[in-house]
Amino acid sequence: MWQALVGSNGRSDAPVDTIEDIVSQHSVVEAVDIAPNDPIVGYFQTVNNVVEIDKLTLDSPAVQALREAGVKIAVPLLSQGELIGLLNLGPRLSEQEYSTDDRRLLSNLATQAAPAVRVAQLARQQQSEAQARERIEQELRVASVIQQTLLPQSVPEIEDWEMRAFYKPAREVGGDFYDFLELAGGKLGVVVGDVTDKGVPAALVMATTRGILRAASERSESPGAVLRKVNDMLYPDIPAKMFVTCLYAIVDTTTGKIHYANAGHDLPYRRTETGIDELRATGMPLGLMPGMEYEEREVTLAPGESVLLYSDGLVEAHNETREMYGFPRLKGLVATHEGGASLIDALLSDLTKFTGPDLEQEDDVTLVTIRRTVSKSEANPMPTLDAKTEFKSLDEFLVQSQPGNERQAMERVADAVKNLDLPTARLEKLKTAVAEGTMNAMEHGNKYDADTPVSIVVAASEAAVSVKIIDSGGVEEADKSSDAETPDLVAKLAGLQSPRGWGLFLIKEMVDEFKTTSDDKHHNIELIMNLGGGEDGNR
Amino acid sequence: MATGSLATKVRRQNTIAVIDMSGEINALAEESLNGAYTEATEANPSAVLLNFAEVGYINSTGIALIVGVLMKARESATSIAACGLSDHFAEIFRITRLSDYMPIYPNEDTATQSFASGQ
Repeated sequence: MWQALVGSNGRSDAPVDTIEDIVSQHSVVEAVDIAPNDPIVGYFQTVNNVVEIDKLTLDSPAVQALREAGVKIAVPLLSQGELIGLLNLGPRLSEQEYSTDDRRLLSNLATQAAPAVRVAQLARQQQSEAQARERIEQELRVASVIQQTLLPQSVPEIEDWEMRAFYKPAREVGGDFYDFLELAGGKLGVVVGDVTDKGVPAALVMATTRGILRAASERSESPGAVLRKVNDMLYPDIPAKMFVTCLYAIVDTTTGKIHYANAGHDLPYRRTETGIDELRATGMPLGLMPGMEYEEREVTLAPGESVLLYSDGLVEAHNETREMYGFPRLKGLVATHEGGASLIDALLSDLTKFTGPDLEQEDDVTLVTIRRTVSKSEANPMPTLDAKTEFKSLDEFLVQSQPGNERQAMERVADAVKNLDLPTARLEKLKTAVAEGTMNAMEHGNKYDADTPVSIVVAASEAAVSVKIIDSGGVEEADKSSDAETPDLVAKLAGLQSPRGWGLFLIKEMVDEFKTTSDDKHHNIELIMNLGGGEDGNR
Repeated sequence: MATGSLATKVRRQNTIAVIDMSGEINALAEESLNGAYTEATEANPSAVLLNFAEVGYINSTGIALIVGVLMKARESATSIAACGLSDHFAEIFRITRLSDYMPIYPNEDTATQSFASGQ
């Protein structure tokens, strides 16, 4: 019988145990460490045969160690040219030299043992990797559960208000967060935030930010002051290159006033009767620079109006052709849904439709909607309002401000009113008025900026059709267009007027009533076409 | 010519140059419409007839282009008329008073007969 002694080549996946397991449980004498850069490693890889240790002349610490351990001969175990272990033998118990037969037997044994040892090594390596993975996954599951507890477990139930939230991290844990805070005086704090980066680092910063924000919100009624405080506390502790965008709004649920400040977060959308606007306020993201100031703004939400807060995971989602979901799509859905659960459902199903069901979610997605509902007393209209004068919405949509898109607006309005039995001639007039109104809105109000859509609302009572066309031009642009001189063909032919300038004239000639209103952000025209009457009603 | 939104074809009908148009008369039609008018007037026709039978859409910019063509015709004292307009666009020609300077005929035949008898 041989004495087996097993050496290590010093690697982390050391074959020493493996060889013990596989080759011999008998009389392991001592393990010998062989450094990976020892010259013997290269030597063993080239000989691929039984080696007599005493005859080696290599200047090698390993050879010295093997001799001291009493090793007489060593047989390298090679797998695909790589040394994965050694069979080391001391002197024969008979004290005779190893015979040629012995050597042949050892050499054969090494050839057959090497692949088996390699397989065993790989199996063990895989097993330990799987264990490590399982441990990480388990930790992430726990982290995910902990993070869920940091998000509101339910949305606040407040009379005349509908609050809804949706949160889905791209991985087990994420850097997005939202929060509802009960504040003094029946006010409600609403927070949406987004930490740069994803996964565990982002989740840790998210937890810290949420805690600081909660504490700061209790001490101040000013959203700007709260963000300033959070920024100053977060700045010294946040890792370099990480920061947090955050929108903080304080909602007075009695008056509908929303007081808000923004630390570099995507602008919320407000949906009002006249269209969609963005709640702007300037401020740097949290954790970038100390001593920042945050602008505060205030808007009032009327009954029926809503606000959407969201994170960039929605607008920056890509489809298979790397096209981005983008703001116009989001804005379009905000325009066509009254807010609350229906808006969130619509956004999520549209997002899935856009990215395809199988595409991996790129970034965390967070949505929070706040809607002031029409209270019961307001929902029942005054008895003096009868069906003849009450307008019901037929369609609401957005048109991207690009030359030629007035045709879309025209056809969609025509489709919306198709059941109203407008005589053909009057329908054609309405279509021309809508096309001209949309062209004006895209060109003068929105300067053909593709990201600033024109909002169109079609409504009808029993007596009339109303088409509202809203752009983002505001009072100034509206003044310019209303100052336009009435076109006079005689003057044009005489070169006294430009050949152009027919748009507004045509609109006024085409419809029964034409109204305009403007505020500092929007210009709104309303076209009214009476039903069933008119001089050309019978054509 | 077929650039932009409007395709045009110029043909002679006896001494009259007929401009057949198809498509949309909007900002994109400028080159096409003006090119066709230049081509139509090269051989000094007795009149130019704008045939709108295949035109589906005219917007306010298109009206301005037609005013431009009318101005050119008046500068060179060329008779100009329109035919094939839908009821709706005929109404717009009336409201804008284009029809005061550019007689409107239901179709090409009535237009050419009128030219033959009246001029």
